[in-house]
Amino acid sequence: MAVDVRLDELSAWFGNHQAFADITFTVPERHVTAIIGPSGCGKSTLLRCINRMHEVVPRARHGGSVYLGREEIYGAHVDPVSVRRRVGMVFQRPNPFPTMSIYDNVAAGIKLNGVRHRKGELDGLVESSLQSAGLWNEVRNRLKKAAGDLSGGQQQRLCIAGAIAVEPQVLLMDAPASALDPQSTLRIEDLMAELKQQYTIVIVTHNMQQAARVADWTAFMTVLEEGEPGRLVEFDRTETIFTNPGNERTQAYVTGRFG
Amino acid sequence: MLRADRTRLARSADRCFQVLVTTFAALVLVVLGLMLARTTYTAWPVFHRFGLDFVKGRDWAPSRDVFGALPFIFGTVVTSLIAIVLAVPVSVGIALYLTEVAPARTRRPLVYLVELLAAIPSVVFGLWGLIVLLPRLQDHVWTPLSAKLGFIPLFAGPSYGQSFATAGVILAIMIVPIVTAISREVIALVPHEHKEAALALGATRWEVLRLAVLPYARAGIIGSVMLGFGRAVGETIAVALVIGGSPQITASILQPGYTIASVIANQFNEATGIHIQALVGLGVVLFAITILINVAGRLFVWRAARGLAS
Amino acid sequence: MSGVSGRRRVADRVASVWMLGSVLCALVPLAFILGYVAYKGAGLISWTFLSQSEPFSFTERGGGFWNGIKGTLKLITVATLVSAPVGILAAVYLSEYGRGRFATAVRFVTDVMTGVPSIFVGVFIYSLIVLETGHFSAWSGALALAVLMLPIVTRGAEEVLKLVPRELREASLALGVPHWRTVFRIVLPTAASGLVTALMLAVARAAGETAPLLFTSFGNRFVTGWTDFNQPDSALPLLIFRDARSAYSTAQERAWAGALVLIALVLVLTIAARFIATRRSVRTV
Repeated sequence: MAVDVRLDELSAWFGNHQAFADITFTVPERHVTAIIGPSGCGKSTLLRCINRMHEVVPRARHGGSVYLGREEIYGAHVDPVSVRRRVGMVFQRPNPFPTMSIYDNVAAGIKLNGVRHRKGELDGLVESSLQSAGLWNEVRNRLKKAAGDLSGGQQQRLCIAGAIAVEPQVLLMDAPASALDPQSTLRIEDLMAELKQQYTIVIVTHNMQQAARVADWTAFMTVLEEGEPGRLVEFDRTETIFTNPGNERTQAYVTGRFG
Repeated sequence: MLRADRTRLARSADRCFQVLVTTFAALVLVVLGLMLARTTYTAWPVFHRFGLDFVKGRDWAPSRDVFGALPFIFGTVVTSLIAIVLAVPVSVGIALYLTEVAPARTRRPLVYLVELLAAIPSVVFGLWGLIVLLPRLQDHVWTPLSAKLGFIPLFAGPSYGQSFATAGVILAIMIVPIVTAISREVIALVPHEHKEAALALGATRWEVLRLAVLPYARAGIIGSVMLGFGRAVGETIAVALVIGGSPQITASILQPGYTIASVIANQFNEATGIHIQALVGLGVVLFAITILINVAGRLFVWRAARGLAS
Repeated sequence: MSGVSGRRRVADRVASVWMLGSVLCALVPLAFILGYVAYKGAGLISWTFLSQSEPFSFTERGGGFWNGIKGTLKLITVATLVSAPVGILAAVYLSEYGRGRFATAVRFVTDVMTGVPSIFVGVFIYSLIVLETGHFSAWSGALALAVLMLPIVTRGAEEVLKLVPRELREASLALGVPHWRTVFRIVLPTAASGLVTALMLAVARAAGETAPLLFTSFGNRFVTGWTDFNQPDSALPLLIFRDARSAYSTAQERAWAGALVLIALVLVLTIAARFIATRRSVRTV
């Protein structure tokens, strides 16, 4: 079910300001790929191009292509809504629907898309999603309670459960643990290791150590000169990036000499 | 797989939705345009026949087919001016009190109460104004004023209970909430630093307000005054009950008079033919005056707010 | 405040008196009006007053304003049914797509329309409908009130919709929910109590209006059927207006009682709306 994601000369603009330019690499299926780099280099924008959320912002545009498996998501007749059903997203700050119950939050993607399930089926789907997100045992007895009552870490796992429930092929995570405490962070990281068996995962992270811990592959982006758009410097296996990078800028970044 | 995912119908739903809400938004513009167009169309025969004399003519005699709107324009302006003169000092005082002086706990309830004044229907203001306020004003204010200061043209002649003055007082009470609300908004925007600088120099509270707040809020307060004036100009029912229904142009505010809005309200139901068209024409004139004042007032407030925010 | 000259202190004192006095100048009339209406109107308030129509002869004591009360209920119901969808959808446009010159124009016109004199709205509907159909009707009255309510609803709704956090919309869109469904299933329900508040305030305003009804709905001595909108119809403010200038004390008594009912209706709506608004702001995340 999972597919790989190929970016081909991808660029993005907000009005006249170019966020990043000509990014090309392929995210292998069922692995975790991390995108690292200093802030402002366009990492999050890049992520949002993969599920066509970038275009939701007014005056936003892109150049180049993104392939989900063999299909170009920016193709002429492709509906962004169907792209987003195949590519799920978890945001930096947990954003469950506050007025909905835990159960409804997980089922939201399914119910809101008007997909009909028999009651038993839906219950099963909700449970398995919560299990995959590592939240089931904590909430199994209060599925009807409001989602707003959960802790930050729990809310984020709830969002992950909700994203998984629609059975995507790719899961995008924008610094998913950056707003959480260290313990919750580790739990999310463990989760990623399990989830990658089923989904292709791309994460943006500001934390290099996190990338080193969870990612199989790493892409390093940066702004080469002030005022320039972000560019891809190097893309390789995580081990290589962190121990023996090919590019000196990568070397400088991962050893903490800048950014 | 991507392409087949959503049916064509589902995909066009978003587009339909956008068209739908855009249409409804455009409806607002259409309504305004219709308002102006349809009424002007109905009143056109009168405009065509009298031309500019419609607004310059001092004579309003339906039985003779003579229609000059000047007495009503005069009355509208006079009553609204009286309202402004009375309401502005009060409103600015309230606005200053609420934003700068009132202890935090009393602020919310007081704001609430002042806004409650705005919720009272105009017909209730009129009823109370006519039966309760007017006799009291007549006995305790207008009559002594006419007796002692009658040599001033403004207060000349015997005082009638129903008059420009009484209407002005009622209008003043009615526009206090709007002038206060906008003044409050503007005063609250004045940056801290100005006030702190004045305090640091040892200014009294009043001096801080006078030197560090009011000058900056002035443009916005002028805007609020204009909007209050606009509100007074459009007020119909309360004025219709207390103004006395006499289309005359006179210097004395103690005399009965008439405003555009109240003459329309009073004469419409017995009017026929060209009289009705003339009343509709008056409505158009009122609309034009109100729009101009409101637009100008809003521009003032908007620019003042922008100036303070920068 | 030692070291401050006497004159400056006096000025400060005077200013304080001015400010406090101003507040009184607003509160005293408020209390005076509400008090008087309660005092003069209470005597006649009874189930009779609320359920019976006016007596045939004005000089007769008693009777009630049921024709007006029913008329008001009918008029504001239809006015709300017309203005609410239009106003809310227009507000949806402004909050979801509202950039650019068209949106600015719509906002500006909406603001301007809140200042249009209500009598002019009556004149407009008179020109548009009464002149064409040749008779007064509750339809035209309700439409006039709807035009009056429209800018209030639009403005209030837009403010509430703007408060719905962007993250909520993004969460829904990222799940592959189309925009229109996001609006109807997520944004509007989240804003629901705010929308209700905006509607209640608009209704309170419309219920108290007399001028737009003078030559649209016109008034009716008799009580009309709940679904009959083709005839002229009475309304509470119309009755109060007419009886306020009556020479007969019997009619004036009814005017006061009617004013009490009207104020009660308006205040209940206004206060309830404010109450919901404050509760909502406490609940929002």
